[in-house]
Amino acid sequence: MQGIRNFIKTYLLLDMFQGLWVTLKNMFRPKITINYPEEKTPQSARFRGLHALRRYPNGEERCIACKLCEAVCPALAITIESDVSNDGTRRTTRYDIDLFKCIYCGFCEEACPVDAIVETRLHEYHMEERGENIMSKDKLLAIGDRYEAMIAQDRAADAPYR
Amino acid sequence: MAEIRNFTMNFGPQHPAAHGVLRLVLEMDGEVIQKADPHVGLLHRGTEKLAESKPYNQSIGYMDRLDYVSMMCNEHAYVLAIEKLLGITPPIRAQYIRVMFDEITRILNHLMWLGAHGLDIGAMTVFLYAFREREDLMDCYEAVSGTRMHATYYRPGGVYRDLPASMPQYQQSQWRGKKDAQRLNDRRSGTLLDFIENFTGRFPACIDEYETLLTDNRIWKQRTVNIGVVSPERALQLGFTGPMLRGSGVEWDLRKKQPYEVYEQMDFDIPVGVSGDCYDRYLVRMAELRQSTRIIEQCVRWLKVNPGPVMIDDRKVRPPSREEMKGDMESLIHHFKLMTEGYCVPAGETYAAVEAPKGELGVYLVSDGANKPYRLKVRAPGFAHLSALDEMVRGHMLADVVAVIGTQDIVFGEIDR
Repeated sequence: MQGIRNFIKTYLLLDMFQGLWVTLKNMFRPKITINYPEEKTPQSARFRGLHALRRYPNGEERCIACKLCEAVCPALAITIESDVSNDGTRRTTRYDIDLFKCIYCGFCEEACPVDAIVETRLHEYHMEERGENIMSKDKLLAIGDRYEAMIAQDRAADAPYR
Repeated sequence: MAEIRNFTMNFGPQHPAAHGVLRLVLEMDGEVIQKADPHVGLLHRGTEKLAESKPYNQSIGYMDRLDYVSMMCNEHAYVLAIEKLLGITPPIRAQYIRVMFDEITRILNHLMWLGAHGLDIGAMTVFLYAFREREDLMDCYEAVSGTRMHATYYRPGGVYRDLPASMPQYQQSQWRGKKDAQRLNDRRSGTLLDFIENFTGRFPACIDEYETLLTDNRIWKQRTVNIGVVSPERALQLGFTGPMLRGSGVEWDLRKKQPYEVYEQMDFDIPVGVSGDCYDRYLVRMAELRQSTRIIEQCVRWLKVNPGPVMIDDRKVRPPSREEMKGDMESLIHHFKLMTEGYCVPAGETYAAVEAPKGELGVYLVSDGANKPYRLKVRAPGFAHLSALDEMVRGHMLADVVAVIGTQDIVFGEIDR
């Protein structure tokens, strides 16, 4: 009996048609793809992308050159040099992040006691020339200035969990 | 008469079916494999040595990159080893979160395996379907840790942050009207746990779809049945673990035999195969997908009603919260101390293993009492499996090598380390 059933199953190509039925059904389901550059998949507020250096609302740099991020960075991607600035505060003279070395673990943000270095949700960036992988202090501050609203909103959303 | 010699052929490291950077030197008699010699080491990054030069916590991110399709399980083994040496236990909620994410990782890994294995031996569609579901799980990863793959989420003493209370939403766009966006956001309206619960609700139907496409399919069966047969005795001798061992019919699962975290309280079964061929291992992994879904369901149920801390309350191991750190000198000192020097782990040695999706992933840790490991050794399941490749493919055709590589679920991140 089992033999006959198998015989019929084999010659009716049942297994094949069942599979094809699945693909056919899926053809008429709502699409799950998105039109990428115009629309994007939702991103978590915790997203760890490109770095930025933040400022206080009065325009003063947050970073106090404590070098905790440099110490905690597993990939040794951060290089900091510091000096005393004109107003007598301790400031960085150099703050470089090598994006090729960085593993985006988020430890720098975790370590920073003044919320200066953050990882933003930006992930669509590119480099065209050698050397552009080094994010200098100016570049990081510029990103921070430009996206401050978004950065502050994300930090606020995640604050209860940290 | 001319002398007939065997033909030696290079398979990989650039072959798309070689799963990364596997280089096989095959000795062929016509199209039959006489000997297969895997060359490993092309993805060697020296993770074990690297860990010796960093405070304990800083290596967590590198553990993600071992088996880069089952990220959190690798972290888990490493974190468990540290916790064993420190003699600490994470809070119960953290244990549930870990178990839940271990199982999410297992589904992620098995879906990746299913898609790649299917693609290797001629099934295109299942790859697309598997990645559709993977996307949702990636969103879970992103929601808790901020990255879709290399999470750095587990920490000695718990997990970094609690599960978020909301999921990010789709935005309206020129391509997507309000109604359409609403449809996509439907399952994202609640917390992360609601999102996962919704996933476990619809995932079994998805597994049924994959199974309809493959399980009875005659082409799939021709490519997998009686290919790469390993007897249970031989599987044990070769050091197989995970689905490779269970496919041969040995009921061995660290989650049951040597339960860690809260696996004792979970209700699930260990699927085993019968004949130990590629087809049985496929069936075992499909059954594991269902079992993982069951475990996730139980975790979600528990996590929903039991809020609490997710990190141990030990100032010598965990950094203080941001609020404490900013308001209190003592906490700030602890913060600086933990971020620069880390914590010292008592001298000793330990071995901690988890049932990673590919098998037993173990971390052997030796500490000399410093803030860095004296020695770290990773026991990668894939390495033992790959060593048996020669035995598994001997006498098979060239095309079957691809099926065997697929069934072994090889990932070079963990083999080469």
